[in-house]
Amino acid sequence: MDDRREILELLLSNAREDTTDLARQTGLDEETVEECIESLETDGVVRGYQAIVDWSRLDEEHVQAEIELNVELDRETGYDDISQRIAKFPQVASLRLISGDYDFAVSVEGDSMHDVSRFVAEQIAPIPEVTQTVTHFVMETYKERGVSFGEKDDDDRLSISP
Amino acid sequence: MRIADRVERVPPSGIRRFFELAEEKEEVISLGVGEPDFSAPWAARTAAIDSLERGRTSYTANRGMRELRAEIADHVRRYDLDYDPDEEILVTTGASEALDVAMRAFVDPGDRVAVHQPSYISYVPGVVFAGGDPLAVPTRPENDFALTYEDLANAGAEDAEVLMLCYPNNPTGATMSRSELAEVAEFAVEHDLMVLSDEIYAALTYEGEHTSIATLPGMRERTVVFNGFSKAYAMTGLRLGYALGPPEAIRAMNRIHQYSMLSAPTTAQYAALEALQSCGEAVVEMRDQYDRRRRFVLSRFDEMGVECFEARGAFYAFPYCGGDDERFAEELLRQEDVAVVPGSVFGTGGEGHLRISYATGLDELRTAMNRIEAFVDAR
Repeated sequence: MDDRREILELLLSNAREDTTDLARQTGLDEETVEECIESLETDGVVRGYQAIVDWSRLDEEHVQAEIELNVELDRETGYDDISQRIAKFPQVASLRLISGDYDFAVSVEGDSMHDVSRFVAEQIAPIPEVTQTVTHFVMETYKERGVSFGEKDDDDRLSISP
Repeated sequence: MRIADRVERVPPSGIRRFFELAEEKEEVISLGVGEPDFSAPWAARTAAIDSLERGRTSYTANRGMRELRAEIADHVRRYDLDYDPDEEILVTTGASEALDVAMRAFVDPGDRVAVHQPSYISYVPGVVFAGGDPLAVPTRPENDFALTYEDLANAGAEDAEVLMLCYPNNPTGATMSRSELAEVAEFAVEHDLMVLSDEIYAALTYEGEHTSIATLPGMRERTVVFNGFSKAYAMTGLRLGYALGPPEAIRAMNRIHQYSMLSAPTTAQYAALEALQSCGEAVVEMRDQYDRRRRFVLSRFDEMGVECFEARGAFYAFPYCGGDDERFAEELLRQEDVAVVPGSVFGTGGEGHLRISYATGLDELRTAMNRIEAFVDAR
């Protein structure tokens, strides 16, 4: 694995790891580690760093919904054009073109179900190319980007073993 | 009650005392664990569950399920090992059972068995239980704990019938290259030694490829190779291992195994089958993580000014602590709540060293290394 890929691998499992520890784990010097991270960022490979949040542990309402979106294209309008219109809304957390029964999978986040429904009804559905929307509210999250929200496995090993 | 002499001859494990000391304390970070901190890959676990649901709870063939032996034969080709699943492979209850059976199959009372040290704590007792006479062959830090022709000659190993070998090594993390193994092979051929090669950590080799001594000229016919699922697949508790050897060796081992064990645990065999079929990637991922922690630990010791040779396999570092390693380990535990295993527990040549297991999450490892640093600085 090349250095940059190795650093990426480590950032994928913990983006908060500091440069010194990244250097210790890879055997690279700190300067090289910083160069790798910088090039990952400037090349647009790494687009950001975010916390993975279990919203159910907070004392506030937070609503997530997965929306299936069907669109109709014409000679002037392609998927890219439509995606730009949708992606610009801050409520849209992710937007993907996917294969199968519908065209776009949209993740939407809001403070309440009402917020999200109103957003879909007033901002997404009226877009001329959109022919159909199906909104699925998230009821429970068990795993997010590789991180399980369940109880952690206890370390049941003996403290000393041969 | 009268206990048999060969049992009385084996003192209780030196690890036991440290285990009891560590158990007394509440918030200990343990770098003393000789097993993975991961759980077995989920696919292997579901295969075990599935086998139970389908009622697969009977004995298997003595030598292990044919399908599993065939997969093992396929799997070990990556190390250039070529063994016939029908005649040359025995599936056992952990590599430990395979070793025990081998000692009983190949060692006559009074036979001398050369065991290089420091090494895993079960070999010497295994020899004694079989009625054999263990001969310690110390390896040296200046050779990065690789076994040399000279070490064998100095210890008088030419009189031995059997040589017990373990690389990648527990507790040192040492590995041996083909050219280093060639010296050992030369000695074995010259003095007609049989070699029992415990390669349980083969998949956890970080620099270069693992080489089995059985692949060297003249060695296949005098070597039995031991491996298993505990370390590579994080399946220690499932107790499944295997031995590879010439037909007459496996036949002899199976004669004991079929009376003492009948067959290895069936549930574990199903898990192992799935592990070989679909969990190769999980092994690579775990190895990559160990490798990062290895570099982390080695570079931390380097920063502390603690001498530590570059361990290249298993999941242990073996730093030099100087002087009384037992006392060092005990004080470290009492003052800093970090448990490690003193090197002298692993035999001659281990004195003045500590076995540091990095089969522990990086967060804990980080804290533990900081505490060791504070402890070293205060001395």
